Amino acid sequence: MTDEPVTRVRITSPRTLAARSRARRSNAAEIDALTRLGEVYVQSLMRAQLRLAGYVVLLLAATVGLLPVAFLVLPVDRLHLFGVPLPWLLLGVGVYPLLLTLAWWYVRRAEQNEAAFVDLVERREGPP
Amino acid sequence: MREVTSLAAVIVVAAATLGVGVFGLRVSRTTSDFFVASRRVGPFLNASAIGGEYLSAASFLGVAGVVLLRGVDMLWYPIGWTAGYLLLLVFVAAPLRRSGAYTLPDFAEFRVESQAARQVASWLVCLIGALYLVPQFEGAGLTLSAVTGAPTWVGAVLVAFVVLANVVAGGMRSITLVQAFQYWIKLCALLVPALILWVVWHHDGSPTRNLHSSDWVEPLQGPHATYLTYSLILATFLGTMGLPHVVVRFYTNPDGRSARRTTLAVLAMLSLFYLLPTAYGAFGRIYASDLVASGRTDSVVLELPDRVFGGSGAPLLTALLGAGAFAAFLSTSSGLVVSISGVLSQDVLSRRFGSVTGFRIGGVLAAGGALLLAAGTRGLPVAHAVELAFAVAASTFCPLLLLGIWWRGLTARGAIVGMVGGGILSGAAVLAVMVGAHAGGWPGALLAQPALATVPVAFALMVGVSLADRARIPLHVGRAMVRLHLPEAVDVDRGTYEPIA
Repeated sequence: MTDEPVTRVRITSPRTLAARSRARRSNAAEIDALTRLGEVYVQSLMRAQLRLAGYVVLLLAATVGLLPVAFLVLPVDRLHLFGVPLPWLLLGVGVYPLLLTLAWWYVRRAEQNEAAFVDLVERREGPP
Repeated sequence: MREVTSLAAVIVVAAATLGVGVFGLRVSRTTSDFFVASRRVGPFLNASAIGGEYLSAASFLGVAGVVLLRGVDMLWYPIGWTAGYLLLLVFVAAPLRRSGAYTLPDFAEFRVESQAARQVASWLVCLIGALYLVPQFEGAGLTLSAVTGAPTWVGAVLVAFVVLANVVAGGMRSITLVQAFQYWIKLCALLVPALILWVVWHHDGSPTRNLHSSDWVEPLQGPHATYLTYSLILATFLGTMGLPHVVVRFYTNPDGRSARRTTLAVLAMLSLFYLLPTAYGAFGRIYASDLVASGRTDSVVLELPDRVFGGSGAPLLTALLGAGAFAAFLSTSSGLVVSISGVLSQDVLSRRFGSVTGFRIGGVLAAGGALLLAAGTRGLPVAHAVELAFAVAASTFCPLLLLGIWWRGLTARGAIVGMVGGGILSGAAVLAVMVGAHAGGWPGALLAQPALATVPVAFALMVGVSLADRARIPLHVGRAMVRLHLPEAVDVDRGTYEPIA
């Protein structure tokens, strides 16, 4: 027998919730410690947001960005709508609702990405 | 009669601006109040403030003037000045707010962990700020002399005085209220006369004289038109995010999410506003086409009421437009003086003075310096200096922000070389314009719209030097990315960076 005080040992079943939450670090702790898993979480959010931003830029380039080329190669100058030449109508008015729609769509999707990320990180338990 | 009414309107705007500012004084006492209004500003108020700050003399008077002069190609200016906020929204708004930095130099220091990068960014803020501030003062002088006949220096001094009184007295809190108030003044000042003009035009039988000449109505006129148009698009789309007085506004949002919503509201407000200068340009073509020959197209907005109806309504409308133009000079100048003095107080004066005193001294230096510059460079094309400010911002701060936020590989050396290189190249174009150099052919086109050449070079320098300098990737880049991108709802360690000691 030794003189060392006997420390109390807690015996739990590895199948209980308490055991698992102790065994695994929370996702937020992984991010705090900048472990490889934590970085993967951060990168997944960054990629999702950057992809979304890329879509917006592509849509912008394919519409507004192509207008000068369209004016160059197509005889749009002769087209009139409501008595106004088409380039004036597109550049003076038409571009703005498009910009607003893209912005609104982006804000919605970006917030959804973040909500999904919060769910992912704060999920204490994996699927049973 | 007209002079008296206009002078009264200008004085009312100046006094109201001072009044709102003094009201703000009672609530702003601490450093944090001075810089960012304690970050308690909601999206609608904040968006009004951004709109109020952003819509400068170039938007209020300049766009209508260049549309009258050169037609449909000039509509790309208001489009670019609006679309710049879309790119700011998708790449910069939320991360920049989450970075917690107050100014662009703060961001540079936080992200690449280098005092040298901070210094370079500070100088660039002063350069871009001055490029933008000087034309506001000059425009104020021209406007006051157009509507009241006063000598041109009076307007510049008046604007400098009101801005300085506000900045020194109240700092950012009062500026937020003042700016928000000024967006709505500017919108009404342009909208009401436009509606009346439209009714009169309709009553006249909707004349369309002078509207059909092909060089005005058809796009892409003149040599190198396609290059110039795309370069203009690039400068304005990417330059907006690098304007120091715009970026400083994002710190007044409570969190990243509201920064996005604020930007969306800004887009809506700008879209509404920018329908109007086009209408003034077209009305000017019908009713005031002689301004083109006399080279006074910048005053078309102010002169239209007199041309269309000489009766008793004209002085009132002219006064309203003059007041709106003054609101434009006051608000943009205030924003610029706030951001320049913020930088000066943190990087130049803070060692000798307290933060708030430093901010006040910085304001005096910024406004006084710009006033002297405006006196020294009289006759510089007003709108063009503003365009070049966008080109410089797009060639320096835009790559810093985009790469800093989205690329882990950015190093301090890369950031510095990119900013200095882009700044020198685009600055050379600025200098050429200032000394009045004229070049024909491609060199002339490059100097007039440098962005399409200088922005890719700045990006290439920043990426290339950072890749060569891979061993010096900032130590805390992982933590910085967490801070920039993770929503506030997640409880994580965001590092210890604090912009102000």
